Amino acid sequence: MTTILNKYQLQITIERLACQVIENYVDLSSVVLVGLQPRGIFLADRIFEQLKKIKPGQIFDYGKLDITFYRDDIREELHEPNHTDISFSLEGKNVILIDDVLFTGRTIRAALDALLAYGRPKKVDLCVLINRRYSRQLPIQPDYCGKSIDSIISQKVKVEWDKEEVNLY
Amino acid sequence: MQLSTKHLLGIKDLQLRDIELILSTATQFKEVLQRPIKKVPSLRDTTIVNLFYENSTRTRISFELAEKRLSADTLNFSASGSSVSKGETLLDTVNNILSMKVDMVVMRHGASGAPHFLAKHIPVAIINAGDGINEHPTQALLDAFSIKEKCGKLEGKKIVLVGDIMHSRVALSNIYLLKKAGAEVMVAGPPTLIPKYIRQAFDIRVEYNLKKALQWCDVANILRIQLERQNQVLFSSLREYNFAYGISKKLLDSLDKEIVILHPGPVNRGVEIDSDVADSKQSIILQQVENGVAVRMAVLYLLSNKQNFN
Repeated sequence: MTTILNKYQLQITIERLACQVIENYVDLSSVVLVGLQPRGIFLADRIFEQLKKIKPGQIFDYGKLDITFYRDDIREELHEPNHTDISFSLEGKNVILIDDVLFTGRTIRAALDALLAYGRPKKVDLCVLINRRYSRQLPIQPDYCGKSIDSIISQKVKVEWDKEEVNLY
Repeated sequence: MQLSTKHLLGIKDLQLRDIELILSTATQFKEVLQRPIKKVPSLRDTTIVNLFYENSTRTRISFELAEKRLSADTLNFSASGSSVSKGETLLDTVNNILSMKVDMVVMRHGASGAPHFLAKHIPVAIINAGDGINEHPTQALLDAFSIKEKCGKLEGKKIVLVGDIMHSRVALSNIYLLKKAGAEVMVAGPPTLIPKYIRQAFDIRVEYNLKKALQWCDVANILRIQLERQNQVLFSSLREYNFAYGISKKLLDSLDKEIVILHPGPVNRGVEIDSDVADSKQSIILQQVENGVAVRMAVLYLLSNKQNFN
C-alpha cells in the first residue's frame, strides 16, 4: 500500500479545487455542484462546504446523482441503485460534476447521459480527486484534478474518508 | 445484487430480501418518474410482450408505461381479436411470439397457474400480471410500497383485507407479502366470501364484523366483488352487501382513529366503497396507481438479466 494523499494533503487539495472553481466562476449563482453516488458525494460535500466558506452568502445548488440505470454493463452485473437528489433544473447552468476517482471514464459517460434528463446545462465540467492516467476507455478528461497518478489496472485506489487518506493498493 | 428467482410468478416464491430489494429499487425509480425526462436507457436491449388473456386497464397501462420508461420495446397482445379464437393453444401462441426474439413475457390469464405452466416450458422471464384466483404479485408489491410510503414501515402494522377474499388474487398475494414482511393481517367480509380454512392456512385473523375489523386495523385494503368469478349466489344483492360491508364515511367517522384506505381498482362506487370515502384524503387509491409504475419498473429491471437463461 502507498499513500497518495495524507490527511493534510487531502485538505489542501480540496481547498485548491474549490479555489479553481471560483477562478472560473466568480459568480457562483450560475454554478451547480453535482456529486456522483455513491462515493463522489463525500468529495462533493467537502467542496460544497469549502465554497460556502470562501464565498459566504452566495447561493448555489448542490445535487446528488446516481447513474446505475445508465450503466453500460448492466448485462454483466446488476448494481443496487442509490438515491438521486436533484430538485432543481440544470437548464442553462454551469454544472461541476464531482467524483472521487476517474478511471475508465465509463461512469462519467453514464453521468453525462443522466444529467441531460434534468435539462440542458450551459457547460459541464468534471472535477475529480484522483485521475488515474493512461487507463481511460473513453475520451474523457478532468477539468479540475486533485492529483494525477500512474497505476496499473490491477491496482486499486481507495479514498478513505474515515481516515482522510487516499491509498493505492 | 439479484433476486432469488428468475420469474415473478407469485409472492409465495419470494424471500423477504427479494421483496425489500424490489421495494428499495422502486423508490429510486419513483425519483426517475419525477424528472423532466422520465426515462432511463436500462432495458433498451430488451423486448417485452404483454400477453393479456383477461381484461385490464390499470395493470396493462402501468406495465406498458413501466416498459417504455425503461426504454424497452413493447408488444401488446390481447386474446380478443387474436388467433386464440381460432383454437391456438397458449404454448403455441407464446412460442410463436418468442420466435420473433422477445426477451420477457408479462402475462395475465384467467386460469390460475397459467404463468407457472409457461415458466416450465419457455426460456424467458415471466411476470405474472394476475392469474385467475391465484396471485397478482405486482399489485401486492405496489400496495406494500404505498403502505410503507404512507406509514413508514410494514412490520407490526395491522392490515385488514375487506371483501371477496375467496376470489381475489390481490388478497392472496397481499397475505403472502404482508406475512413475510412481519405485518399483522386480518381478512374481513361475509362468511360466504372467506375460505373456510384460511385462518389455519396462513395464521391470520378472520373477522365477520366490518366495524370491529376497521377498529382493529391501521390500514384497510378494500377489494372488489369479483362477480365474474362467482358461479353461484354468495350474497343476496349488491345493495345488501353495501349495507353490511361497504365502507362509508359515516362508518369511518365512528372509529376513534383515522385509518388508511387502499383499493386495487377497479372501484365499484356504492358497492364495496362509497364515493366520498374513495375520494377522501384517507384514501391513497391514486397514489397506489402512481406507485404501480415505479414498482413494475423495479420488477422488470431486476428480472431483465438474460444470462439467467443461458
